Amino acid sequence: MPVIVARDLTKVYGDNRAVDGIDFEIARGESFGLLGPNGAGKSTTMRMIGGTLQRTGGSMLVAGLDPAERGPEVRAHLGVVPQQDNLDEELSVRDNLIMYGRYFGLPYSYLRAKADELLEFAQLTDRGKAKVGSLSGGMKRRLTIARSLVNEPKVLLLDEPTTGLDPQARHVLWDRLFRLKEVGVTLVVTTHFMDEAEQLCDRLVVIDRGRIMAEGTPRQLIRQHSTREVLELRFGADRNAAVVAQVEDIGSRIEVLPDRVLIYTDDGEGALEAVTTRGLSPVTSLVRRSSLEDVFLRLTGRSLID
Amino acid sequence: MTEGSTIADLGRLAASGRVPPPEVMARRARRWGWWFFVEAWLLGAKAWAVSILLYMVVTPLLYLTALGLGLGTLVDRGAGSVDGVPYLVFVGPALLVSTVVMSVGGELTYPVMAGFKWQRLYYGPHATPATPEQIAVGQLLGVMIRFVVQAGIFWLLLVLFDAAPSGWSWLSVPVAVLTAAAFGAPLQAFAASLEDEGYQFAFVQRFIIMPMFLFAGTFFPLSVMPVTLQWIGWVSPVWHGTQLARQATYGAAEPLWLTAVHVVVLAAMALGGILVGRRIYARRLGS
Amino acid sequence: MAEVTRGAEPFAALYGRNARAVIERGFKVIRHQNWAVMVSGFFEPVFYLLAMGLGLGGLVGDVTGPDGQPISYAAFIAPALLATSAMNGAIYDSTWNVFFKLRFARLYQAMLQTSLGPMDVALGEIFMALFRGFLYAVGFMVVMLVMGLVVSPWAVLMIPVALLIAVGFASVGMAVTSYLKSFQQMDVVQVVMLPMFLFSATLFPIDVFPTAIQWFVQAMPLWHGVELMRDLAVGHLDVATAGHALYFVVMSVLGVWFTASRLRALFLR
Repeated sequence: MPVIVARDLTKVYGDNRAVDGIDFEIARGESFGLLGPNGAGKSTTMRMIGGTLQRTGGSMLVAGLDPAERGPEVRAHLGVVPQQDNLDEELSVRDNLIMYGRYFGLPYSYLRAKADELLEFAQLTDRGKAKVGSLSGGMKRRLTIARSLVNEPKVLLLDEPTTGLDPQARHVLWDRLFRLKEVGVTLVVTTHFMDEAEQLCDRLVVIDRGRIMAEGTPRQLIRQHSTREVLELRFGADRNAAVVAQVEDIGSRIEVLPDRVLIYTDDGEGALEAVTTRGLSPVTSLVRRSSLEDVFLRLTGRSLID
Repeated sequence: MTEGSTIADLGRLAASGRVPPPEVMARRARRWGWWFFVEAWLLGAKAWAVSILLYMVVTPLLYLTALGLGLGTLVDRGAGSVDGVPYLVFVGPALLVSTVVMSVGGELTYPVMAGFKWQRLYYGPHATPATPEQIAVGQLLGVMIRFVVQAGIFWLLLVLFDAAPSGWSWLSVPVAVLTAAAFGAPLQAFAASLEDEGYQFAFVQRFIIMPMFLFAGTFFPLSVMPVTLQWIGWVSPVWHGTQLARQATYGAAEPLWLTAVHVVVLAAMALGGILVGRRIYARRLGS
Repeated sequence: MAEVTRGAEPFAALYGRNARAVIERGFKVIRHQNWAVMVSGFFEPVFYLLAMGLGLGGLVGDVTGPDGQPISYAAFIAPALLATSAMNGAIYDSTWNVFFKLRFARLYQAMLQTSLGPMDVALGEIFMALFRGFLYAVGFMVVMLVMGLVVSPWAVLMIPVALLIAVGFASVGMAVTSYLKSFQQMDVVQVVMLPMFLFSATLFPIDVFPTAIQWFVQAMPLWHGVELMRDLAVGHLDVATAGHALYFVVMSVLGVWFTASRLRALFLR
């Protein structure tokens, strides 16, 4: 039985259809992703799952309950990591964990022990007494994630969990989250990073302008909407468009971006050879596997990060 | 989690079995969510406890010495007495109420703004089973606990200054807290409705709090002012609170109906403010 | 301040000879600022004058003026309120305002990335504070005139004296700000200001205090400002008046020197 079911979910702000009738189901223990650019409606969807934002239309069930009607009950099931950290900067790191747990009605005896475990999980044991204001961005993010686990939720909502972190900190976080999934926690992740979606999500929906463009596992999506490989060519900003006519027929599809030309093909090296045979000499060339970025480009004609 | 920790450790972290079922957590939060916010507020206030306490002791000392004793010398020389008592006794309870209301101007303006906007403090508890309505009430109650202490200290000093002859003078403490709520709850609702940087608070300070302090019967009876200006007192929670506090500390004479009006006005403002504030919190956090 | 800036070699590294740019920015801000906010600063002393002077004055009656003649209570406190308002404005501008721009708006950081030096910034900011103080002082004088509280031509000197008081407090305030690290320490400034206002013969003469406390009050700058203003308001000038004025001249010189020596600590941190 799915733990979250959304049907025709809609949120309208004035003329803006932020979420425009989307459907999805999330199974228990699954890691589910919402991939899309900023402003696609991902955070709006997340907040409707927790019932902290009233939907305009459609239906939503979380653990069999409607969050719009039974907000407190639904949120007792959830751990929430918001896009922007909202830690209490005037409290110590440890007190942040304890006070957050109090909102779930958890007793101090439990919370004192739990806070220590969570500090260890977040690698902040030696910073327990420090004020949150003194932490680095990455530490705050880890603390926010640790905080979301204080009520031992079965479902974790992570809104852009690694935005603003350096590459190493991101990998550490992905590792933590992956292990949580392994012990049975359901993850719901929004992201506009295709590598994050590929790393974390068993299954995802590609979302743009409030609508779902495609759904599937990362591999399925790539197989369906892209070729096996991509040849990236840079001829210089002023020449990219000019050479298109000469290479158009090489791959199965071609995309011209302001800074480069993408040739979609199952044999990247072969395509590159074909390009050079025609006497063209790109400034740089790169053969790589197709990614979700290519899927998004194919589906929307736009890039994920603008 | 350090490198050595195992899946088993993590399994315990994610599901130790020591957490009650979600419906139990939700039930507790529905009943006590407002109190959990007060707890968090108190924990935060602990960091400032020493300096706030110092402020709570020093401010009444300064005001009572300067405006009660010093200024009182002039008034008692000129008018003999005010309302049948020495000036210190007359102005003491008014200063108690006024200084508490002045502190409201600091506690229920910028911190509310920080909750919604600057530090987004309200959005943390909002993602838990606690509701926006409970957050609104918790914020107000936390501040009121501070005012119980502040008014209590002021009352003790009044007694030490020999400025509270009545045996009922302790009632000035709940009166001051009620007055703080009567002014604070609507102010909190107003602060919660502001989208910009809160420059309006300077106005509140200069055109509401300061005039209330000066014109609402604190330093002289309302009857000294021209009748056309006496409405300032009638619309000011400070005046209603001050008149009640004066009855408590030295048994100021007032018709019973007027006493009832004071209580009703203060209670209505506090209650109205809370109700409106709860709605604004719910609307703003849920949008 | 001219004696400090004019060709003073030690300050060459601190002064870009372009305080004007800072002042021009100040006026641009004023033009686009919420006018009501700016004007509202004028009302505080006026409210005090109306409430205490007229309301409480009815209970107090006449008090003894600087020349020994009885004057109305309103006439007694009006000069004191002008001195207090000059102090409050100067302290606000030199502590809160400077600290905020330093720490949060990071305005000075941007300014000092250009060819401006810390001295330009300090001079410009002090000028802007004085300009606001000048407007408030003129406004308050008009209120005093309307209320019939101006009885001597010497009273016109209260406006430049308000600026002198402001320079004294602003220069010391800025130097103090160079030592402050957090907003909480800023509250200490308030803790000093409130008793100074309450006890410096503003609302009642200090002879109600024991002698020891009187001496202490007489050491405080605001008391001298209040007495100086009061002497000018009734045109009663004597050696004491000159003494009060001298107090502020010395305080200003020391304050400017102190601030100048702290400029690096204040801005270049």
